[in-house]
Amino acid sequence: MPSYQSWGRLPKATPAAVRRLDWRAELAELDLGTTTALPYGLGRSYGDSCLNDGGLLIDTRRMSRLIRFDAERGILRAEAGLSLEQLLAVIVPRGWFLPVSPGTQFVTLGGAVASDIHGKNHHRAGTFGRHVRRFELWRSDGTRRECSPDENAELFRATIGGLGLTGLITWVEIQLARIASPSLQMERIRFRSFDEYLALERESSDAYEYTVSWIDCLRAGPTRGLFQRANFAERGVGRGRDRAPRTRRPLLRVPFDLPSCALNAAAMKLFNRVIFQLQRADRSARVVHYAPFFYPLDRVLEWNRIYGKRGFYQYQFVVPNQAEGAFREILDRIAHSDQGSFLVVLKKFGGIASPGLMSFPREGLTLALDFPNRGAKTLELLEALDGFVRRAGGCVYPAKDARMSAESFQHFYPQWKEFARCIDPRFSSSFWRRVTAEAGR
Amino acid sequence: MRRILITGASSAIAQEVARRFAAEGDAFFLVGRDPDKLTAVADDLRARGAREVATEAVDLIDLARCSRLIEEAAERLGGLDTLLVAQGTLPDQAACEAQPALALREFSLNAMGPITLLLKAAAHFEARGGGCLAVITSVAGVRGRRSNYVYGAAKAAVSTFLEGLRGRVAGAGVRVVDIRPGFVDTPMTAHLPKTPLFASAASVGARIHRAMIAGEAVVYTPWFWGPIALAIRLIPRSIFSKLSI
Repeated sequence: MPSYQSWGRLPKATPAAVRRLDWRAELAELDLGTTTALPYGLGRSYGDSCLNDGGLLIDTRRMSRLIRFDAERGILRAEAGLSLEQLLAVIVPRGWFLPVSPGTQFVTLGGAVASDIHGKNHHRAGTFGRHVRRFELWRSDGTRRECSPDENAELFRATIGGLGLTGLITWVEIQLARIASPSLQMERIRFRSFDEYLALERESSDAYEYTVSWIDCLRAGPTRGLFQRANFAERGVGRGRDRAPRTRRPLLRVPFDLPSCALNAAAMKLFNRVIFQLQRADRSARVVHYAPFFYPLDRVLEWNRIYGKRGFYQYQFVVPNQAEGAFREILDRIAHSDQGSFLVVLKKFGGIASPGLMSFPREGLTLALDFPNRGAKTLELLEALDGFVRRAGGCVYPAKDARMSAESFQHFYPQWKEFARCIDPRFSSSFWRRVTAEAGR
Repeated sequence: MRRILITGASSAIAQEVARRFAAEGDAFFLVGRDPDKLTAVADDLRARGAREVATEAVDLIDLARCSRLIEEAAERLGGLDTLLVAQGTLPDQAACEAQPALALREFSLNAMGPITLLLKAAAHFEARGGGCLAVITSVAGVRGRRSNYVYGAAKAAVSTFLEGLRGRVAGAGVRVVDIRPGFVDTPMTAHLPKTPLFASAASVGARIHRAMIAGEAVVYTPWFWGPIALAIRLIPRSIFSKLSI
């Protein structure tokens, strides 16, 4: 039975109905009923941007065909329900890669556009939306509109990062990136202070396509963590493997919800110490296949169950570079809260602007981390973090959010009213109703 | 390069099988009812690396039309070495019981059409000295179950036919593959409540692709349907006829 939850498994929401789309042509007779509708792909949005409590969900997962692939120029057009995993299986053997890749391959093309996802190469390539050439948008009035920077430009901008609210994306055409090998040359460097981290970012941003860091968020005192940087390898580097993606079977599937005490603070602190010290030398370099590099967690299916039945919040924010002091304050606040988890990602976004009207990524320092749901205590902490982010002139990522106040949202995204004009009148989501319901206090 | 004829080519399982052959650069002749769907599938296969994809919109209830398809495919592709029969419907058992004409129509789609294609293809492959005949039958053909025996009988007819045909063409180097899936999550089963027994079309498609390349005789997919089919076969008739399955 396909489930229609969000990845963080909260808030709980029940769609009134689910319609599965198999063919683009079926949209001609799609009946939305009397409720609002929302497209649903692979459900990797952490919060409620993929939920439509009491409304209709349009499941696009089976609308997953390729339409055209120009393997000379790397231009690919495919139906919106195609997953990045399915896409990579086709393009990697022919020497192409995603221009921007998130941390999981289990998202759909349509979802990648709707959340305007970003990846480890934001400082070089910007967001996913920058590589979208055009797409087709089905609107509830029955029209289909091709959108590009030149055609239906307003809808193009609104749909990139538009959280599925502007209509249903039927297909997407993207420009892929050339690779000479499916493997990357990666370096991992240990750092023991925030200044060391910043120095690593500075020295790496020009020469490395991909940079990302893990930090120990549970430990007060100097920030320590691991900095990773990588480039796709030249042809023939590695073990002379062919260019096909290696079939990597999932290691395991989390078979049931772990009890919520499984990830207690002591266990996670220990875990963090092990990760930090696993690598013997301060620097290690190796050649690694793209799958373990980009998608380490994909090998554990349903890993969201480790946080137990109550689910978890993911919190991702960005603050401008000059607000580095505020960033350190936030880290300190998290470390003292004893609530964070071991899954933490730190990255410096570059200055390449997204075409998306509501896009989250912007130049600055971004941090993403999980918080197991401990009820009011967790909500209070996240509310406090929102305050820090606001004062620092930053913003929080809507596609990962399940709880920010309408006031915060409207502060972070003052363009939301302009965006609201582009929303399909029959489309809505639990997220959208939440962040627009109350008037800003 | 294989030259493959697929009937029922826009079915979810057929698409999954075809994608895997397309990645190997094979050529296709796709047959199905709906020309728009065939075009969508053909585009997909081309983008995945298929050397050539031709389509033909045909209502496979027309047996005379079925019997011409093999030659047509061979002509369009410059030869033919692989047939995948993926056409099929899941009849409404109660409606079939009330209307014999409907029962026969369903039987024709699920059994007589495939048999027509198989006879033509077998002769063609025997003459060329090799090939692969694959048919998606069903675990439902193992025994006649009260809830679904029109479908079951049609699938059983094809399975029995394939068993005999296998013996006939083996000497000519022709492989006969009888694929018996259990419940698969496809549009055909969209109305059924989903139990943990349901498999994805992608996993079943991958298994069929492997079976066709290896020329396996009988394949249950997912694998656990093999032991289940055996167990069902062993239930004494006196008990079986009382079961509501």
